[in-house]
Amino acid sequence: MTTASSADHPTRRDFLFVATGAAAAVGGAATLWPFVSQMNPDASTIAAGAPIEVDLTPIAEGQDIKVFWRGKPIYISHRTKKQIDEARSVPVSSLPDPQTDQARVKPGHDQWLVVVGICTHLGCIPIAHEGNYDGFFCPCHGSQYDTSGRIRQGPAPTNLAVPPYQFVSDSKIQIG
Amino acid sequence: MSGPSDYQPSNPVLKWIERRLPIIGLVHSSFVAYPTPRNLNYWWTFGAILSLMLALQIVTGVVLAMHYTPEATMAFKSVESIVRDVNYGWLLRNMHAAGASMFFFAVYIHMFRGLYYGSYKEPREILWILGVIIYLLMMATGFMGYVLPWGQMSFWGATVITNLFSAIPYVGESIVTLLWGGYAVGNPTLNRFFSLHYLLPFVIAGVVVLHVWALHVAGQNNPAGVEPKTAKDTVAFTPYATIKDLFGVSCFLLFFAWFIFYMPNYLGDPENYIPANPGVTPAHIVPEWYYLPFYAILRSIPNKLAGVIAMFSAILILAFLPWLDTAKTKSSKYRPLAKQFFWIFVVVCVLLGWLGGKPPEGIYVIAGRILTFSYFAYFLIVLPLLSRIETPRPVPNSIADDVLAKTGSKATPMVSTVIALMVAGALFAGSAQNARAEQQEVPPSQKWSFAGPFGKFDRGSLQRGLKVYKEVCSACHGLSYIAFRNLADPGGPGYSTAQAAAFASDYKVKDGPNDQGEMFERPGRPADYFPSPFPNEQAARVANGGALPPDLSLIAKARSYERGFPQFVIDFFTQFQEQGPNYVDALLQGYEEKPPAGVSLPEGSYYNKYFPGHAIKMPKPLNDGQVTFDDGSPATVAQYAKDVTTFLMWAAEPHMEARKRLGLQVFVFLILFAGLMYFTKKKVWAEAH
Ligand code: FES
Repeated sequence: MTTASSADHPTRRDFLFVATGAAAAVGGAATLWPFVSQMNPDASTIAAGAPIEVDLTPIAEGQDIKVFWRGKPIYISHRTKKQIDEARSVPVSSLPDPQTDQARVKPGHDQWLVVVGICTHLGCIPIAHEGNYDGFFCPCHGSQYDTSGRIRQGPAPTNLAVPPYQFVSDSKIQIG
Repeated sequence: MSGPSDYQPSNPVLKWIERRLPIIGLVHSSFVAYPTPRNLNYWWTFGAILSLMLALQIVTGVVLAMHYTPEATMAFKSVESIVRDVNYGWLLRNMHAAGASMFFFAVYIHMFRGLYYGSYKEPREILWILGVIIYLLMMATGFMGYVLPWGQMSFWGATVITNLFSAIPYVGESIVTLLWGGYAVGNPTLNRFFSLHYLLPFVIAGVVVLHVWALHVAGQNNPAGVEPKTAKDTVAFTPYATIKDLFGVSCFLLFFAWFIFYMPNYLGDPENYIPANPGVTPAHIVPEWYYLPFYAILRSIPNKLAGVIAMFSAILILAFLPWLDTAKTKSSKYRPLAKQFFWIFVVVCVLLGWLGGKPPEGIYVIAGRILTFSYFAYFLIVLPLLSRIETPRPVPNSIADDVLAKTGSKATPMVSTVIALMVAGALFAGSAQNARAEQQEVPPSQKWSFAGPFGKFDRGSLQRGLKVYKEVCSACHGLSYIAFRNLADPGGPGYSTAQAAAFASDYKVKDGPNDQGEMFERPGRPADYFPSPFPNEQAARVANGGALPPDLSLIAKARSYERGFPQFVIDFFTQFQEQGPNYVDALLQGYEEKPPAGVSLPEGSYYNKYFPGHAIKMPKPLNDGQVTFDDGSPATVAQYAKDVTTFLMWAAEPHMEARKRLGLQVFVFLILFAGLMYFTKKKVWAEAH
């Protein structure tokens, strides 16, 4: 395509083509952004994911409830003395994902275990009070969690996640 | 698409692929080496523009479908959540809605260009017929797309258009029931329209492939209408045609962006911001502007069946064009009579479009009949006759000769035609507006801080307006699309998140059921929506003398009035979009103690100067001193009306500021880009001459 006329001002010509090409690339990329961004959660979904408060009074010792926060099940267990002792007597170093029970509950509220009820293997919901460790048992591929929600056996790589929460009073927590 | 390619890749990987699937060679021969006549003018860039529009409609449409709910009770709301909550949802929706109009605008130019230059003549008959098929598919797709937002015009447009088929003798009623999937337009109709609206664009894309294939077999026509003979007559598609097309596209995008960012409601009907109501028909059913000429033909025939036949024939007759016009000379440039009749035909089409938006009464009916006759006469009488009697001027020997004979003045007719077309387009849009108007006092135009390309909401006014709404309007009117969290959104009243939460907690919101299975009340949260004053429509009517106080979320966009010619043409350039606010403001101040002499009001009605028909069921809502403002603004009805209107405009379009801001950025970019494209195009073509 190099002809006599363009050879006269090679730099000007090249600059023009590069500038036009660059502008097209920038414009194209900028146009793409809204099409990607729209896939993210919309404003109403984000607003609906606001923190929730849960009253703990109705949960008797040894019982647990399941609440939903941001579309995820959250297990809140009122653990018995036995369950707490079980969780604290295992040597931490023997666990696949070493973590103390103390690190997974709020100080002074040792009886309350709050975990995201989603198996860390592939996302099924484990069943509470089942399995060899009196904790959670995931029926999908057999992961077993203990009374602290820590992985003890099976394919799941990590402990059940602890969602962000705090105690607003002794009998009420806010999740989120 | 023009036979085996002589393209030989040198890269071994490409060679390997090419031996098994010669796709690179296909692209190369169709879009790179393909010879195009060197005398094509800018009217030929509309092919590329249309391809772009189709792609854009499909992409934005697929994205919108990710957020849209095709269900009668949720469709309208889901469109509103797209616009309000989805990231850039407003942009995608405006692109898709304005894109449909742009698509038709471009296709009409493309068709008129084909008509003028005889692009349907031997050997391009099939190419032309495929084009007519694409056009028909576009009309079907556009119609069904317009139904999806499920507003009043959607619903009643669907009812009227599907009822066209009831004109068919004996089986008409059964066909209509079949189309509806019910005894009236309803949820099943909406569902199937959504399905088909998603399907048809891909069918169009398929026919476009055939269209382009046929084009590349027959070769492009050109303004001279003589076929290329030697290599001197053509240039390679890339870079010459490509760069020219891209320049055309970038100019078109400027036009398109004007609608997306500044005039999103110019081509729409305010009526469609009212949710579909099977019990109330809007005063005037006006289709989208691109159907208006055919709508005019339909209405100008007094017999139902004949009208429907005439309307469909008006489109189908295009397919027979190659055999109606048998003149040997292709281009109207060399046909002095055909040229004049062509322009008369263009005027007839524009006037038909204008009539399509007028109420079918009096002089309009007669004009409609004359124009309908002229429309058909052009195809059935003028063209066949001209083929026989007209003596064409001599055509150039070759395309190269045509190029040499040309002087630099060729741009002038193009520019004037573009202006003429814009005016014609505005005429269409305006006539659609016209039809809506009643004999009605025109509300005075107010100064709004949010008007114009740099418009912004006045925060103080928004906050005062919210107060007026809360203390006065909310007693009867809901605001159900606004959540408390929106009060803290950027571009809104400017409250902090904490202030919005505090505002929300003043409200009691119904929630539940709780563990006992009972509904309960709790303080509002930012994620909650403004609660409506009445539990249901019936309760609202009983409490308001039979009238239903409309939800105010969209009222500022759902009300309008006639602007009249030539004002609406000027409005397009001045970006006037404030009919709604002007009307709402005027209505709130338009109450008069006593109706003028000779006017009697029905029981339970009040006289309002600006309300259509003047008898309004809402008593005068605002009185001086009713609401006190903390910022010392006057406690007058005028101030209340202005503030609450500003607030309602924001409620109707919470992302207006973002729209105008992004619009400015896009315009700066597009103008620069179009400039760059222009010089690049000049440089590239300098080598061809
Ligand atoms: S998902 Fe729980 S074990 Fe696989």
